[in-house]
Amino acid sequence: MKVLILGIGNILWADEGFGVRTVEEINKQYEFDKEVLLMDGGTLGLYLIQHVQACDLLIVFDAIDYDLKPGTMKLIHDEEVPKFMGVKKMSLHQTGFQEVLSTAELTGETPDHIFLIGVQPAQLDDFGGSLNEVVKEQIQPAINACLKYLDSYSVPYKKRDITYLEEGINSPTIGMSNYERHRPSEQLACRKGDERVLFDNAFEQRKSELIDPNCGVNVFVDGRKHFEDN
Amino acid sequence: MSVITTPNGYTLDNSGQRVVIDPVTRIEGHMRCEVNLDKNNVIINAVSTGTMWRGLEVILRGRDPRDAWAFVERICGVCTGCHALASCRAVENALGIEIPLNAHLIREMMAKTLQVHDHVVHFYHLHALDWVNPVNALKADPKATSSLQQIVSIKHAKSSPGYFKDIQTRIKKFIESGQLGPFKNGYWDNPAYKLSPEADLMAVAHYLEALDLQKEFVKLHTIFGGKNPHPNYLVGGVPCAINMDGDMAAGAPLNMERLNFVKSRIDEMVQFNTNVYVPDVLAIASFYKGQLWGGGIGAKSVMDYGAYPKVNYDKSTDQLPGGVILNDNWDEVFPIDPADPEQVQEFVTHSWYKYPDESKGLHPWDGITEANYELGAKTKGTRTDIKELDESAKYSWIKAPRWRGHAVEVGPLSRYVLAFAQGNEYVIDQINTSVAAFNSLAGTNLGAKQVLQTTIGRTLARALESKYVADMMVDDWHALIKNIKNGDSSTANMEKWDPKTWPKEAKGYGTAAAPRGALGHWIKIKDGKIENYQCVVPTTWNGSPRDPAGNIGAFEASLMGTPVERANEPVEILRTLHSFDPCLACSTHVMSSDGEELINVKVR
Repeated sequence: MKVLILGIGNILWADEGFGVRTVEEINKQYEFDKEVLLMDGGTLGLYLIQHVQACDLLIVFDAIDYDLKPGTMKLIHDEEVPKFMGVKKMSLHQTGFQEVLSTAELTGETPDHIFLIGVQPAQLDDFGGSLNEVVKEQIQPAINACLKYLDSYSVPYKKRDITYLEEGINSPTIGMSNYERHRPSEQLACRKGDERVLFDNAFEQRKSELIDPNCGVNVFVDGRKHFEDN
Repeated sequence: MSVITTPNGYTLDNSGQRVVIDPVTRIEGHMRCEVNLDKNNVIINAVSTGTMWRGLEVILRGRDPRDAWAFVERICGVCTGCHALASCRAVENALGIEIPLNAHLIREMMAKTLQVHDHVVHFYHLHALDWVNPVNALKADPKATSSLQQIVSIKHAKSSPGYFKDIQTRIKKFIESGQLGPFKNGYWDNPAYKLSPEADLMAVAHYLEALDLQKEFVKLHTIFGGKNPHPNYLVGGVPCAINMDGDMAAGAPLNMERLNFVKSRIDEMVQFNTNVYVPDVLAIASFYKGQLWGGGIGAKSVMDYGAYPKVNYDKSTDQLPGGVILNDNWDEVFPIDPADPEQVQEFVTHSWYKYPDESKGLHPWDGITEANYELGAKTKGTRTDIKELDESAKYSWIKAPRWRGHAVEVGPLSRYVLAFAQGNEYVIDQINTSVAAFNSLAGTNLGAKQVLQTTIGRTLARALESKYVADMMVDDWHALIKNIKNGDSSTANMEKWDPKTWPKEAKGYGTAAAPRGALGHWIKIKDGKIENYQCVVPTTWNGSPRDPAGNIGAFEASLMGTPVERANEPVEILRTLHSFDPCLACSTHVMSSDGEELINVKVR
């Protein structure tokens, strides 16, 4: 039985990285035989189709907005999945993934079963940010739900003897620890990148100091010095 | 209401009916388009708006330059590899790193595979539905479709009546089950669709064939980049070792078996381009011979940095040479220098950003990305719910890049015009042959410029480029084998990997021929960290709002003068915008509350 364990979303948008980070973490803790494919699907949409067509069991991790308490985990099966992927408008990658599922239908090559493990995000509009604690806390329960599901189909897996140090799914460069450790400070790098923030008037020109004490390089960025006198 | 004439020769009249399309679907990212129609439904004013802000550059500050590729790979969902490539090149350029020949050839094959893959998927899975009506395909006669296939491309094996009958049955079943799936939200009874049912059926069959084949193409990225999606890149070379006698274990170095596998994939790309993609575009185009609009500044004012050198670091050997052509004068090609502060500049007079002096543009090394969301006095609606934009003020999250103040179009069509004008024999032959084929299918007698300076021309150039780069890959592959057999197995230059070897301050740029057009990344490095990073992406050029002088960009220009069959079903507008393969990437939202993909057309 071919299994695809897929994390989708954009790691640069805080809790949207839930799916990808969870797949990275499974890979650190467990090893699988070659029938099981672990994948960071990012926001690739239609480009993921062949992997979806090729598997019998599809397990998807994603941050999905159900209007629940942040950090709530929701498990969704089979034909409910396409519907739930787009319950609330949240991210382009979900449009893309719905399209993957419907295009797979058209080709007649669909997984026998789909299992969506979704978590309610706390925050998306933190550009360059990592997962919030409430979402991060759901990584392990989500992994457990996935393993339990694999058990029900007798898909074997093995706990690694020692925790895998490399984030083998992705380049360690953007692995969660490196990503968090080297994040530039808010003063240096604007974090409110999205219209959902910009359109509600919360966004204003920064009046902060230009020198960032937390950063190795102190640079005059964005030419903000030009505005200080105004 | 006002009528203005732009320096680049367009008369804009914002009276009449205003049509608002938000979002424009089947693109990467989020864009809005507003046009004014005269009483004959001809577009007399066009406003293109990027409705999200891309702040990627700022989150790179203070990070390790050697890591930048992995972040920029996440800018968007499709053109991941070209951002990673441009980023590696920018860092290498800043630090004076030259990569080994093997690395160059491998990067070339990865970039060209991405080009073919992206062009094929764009045409068959995003753009084709602007030309092809899958519902109409149900009326086709499979026998006649088989005959048509043999006229269009005799060499394509899948052409029997039985084959088309099967496809038709499958589509019928799918549509009858009520799940239009990827064919949702089409205007399937709009007379703007011109294909015969047989041509529609043939195209739908190829939609499915392309879907099957594209997955084979990208295996090349897995082999060279270690994995796909999101292949790995490396500053200084490529992250794969070569050992021709090695085994096939996962993660093992490249060996002959793998390289032979790569060659088979390249051959598949060559075949598909030759026997399916290019003939399909020509055949479909011939049905639309009455719609030779949508050119705008396309094939008239064009730019590219140049790509695919035969000899790395020697721009004179670029197989698609760069430069700038202005105002339809193909006899004069200006050289382009990404490092010259006077050439590539971004303006923000009509963009939601703030500069100290907005009458001037800034070169990317000195780029400022400071948001300033303010709407013009004539805006209708509110800050959070805009009914109608005021294009006389700021109206887009896209900046306006210009070359020496000129608005230019970028993309495959621009690269093709530049190659044609600079005497590239392969391209000249391709263009002449295709124009002749179009004329023969359509029963017309048009010149190259008449065909190319249209929406069709943009789509055709993309197909021709897909074929050209696949052919180039055959050469790259042979060159790689030859070099390895000569005893060179080096794939990376790590002399300057250690930041201690770097100067205190450095700056550089990297360019790539992204599928959508000229891509440039500019980097400043200080004390081993990124001090400033700017990407000027193709869709910024094409989708740009007006500049301080009032020049309109490529999207807006391309819509001018286009007649629209039905104002509330703007197929023609979508067709032309899609012909650019727009990519306004990243996180955004385009769903309605019930999860349906939403396109909102408002006619005022």
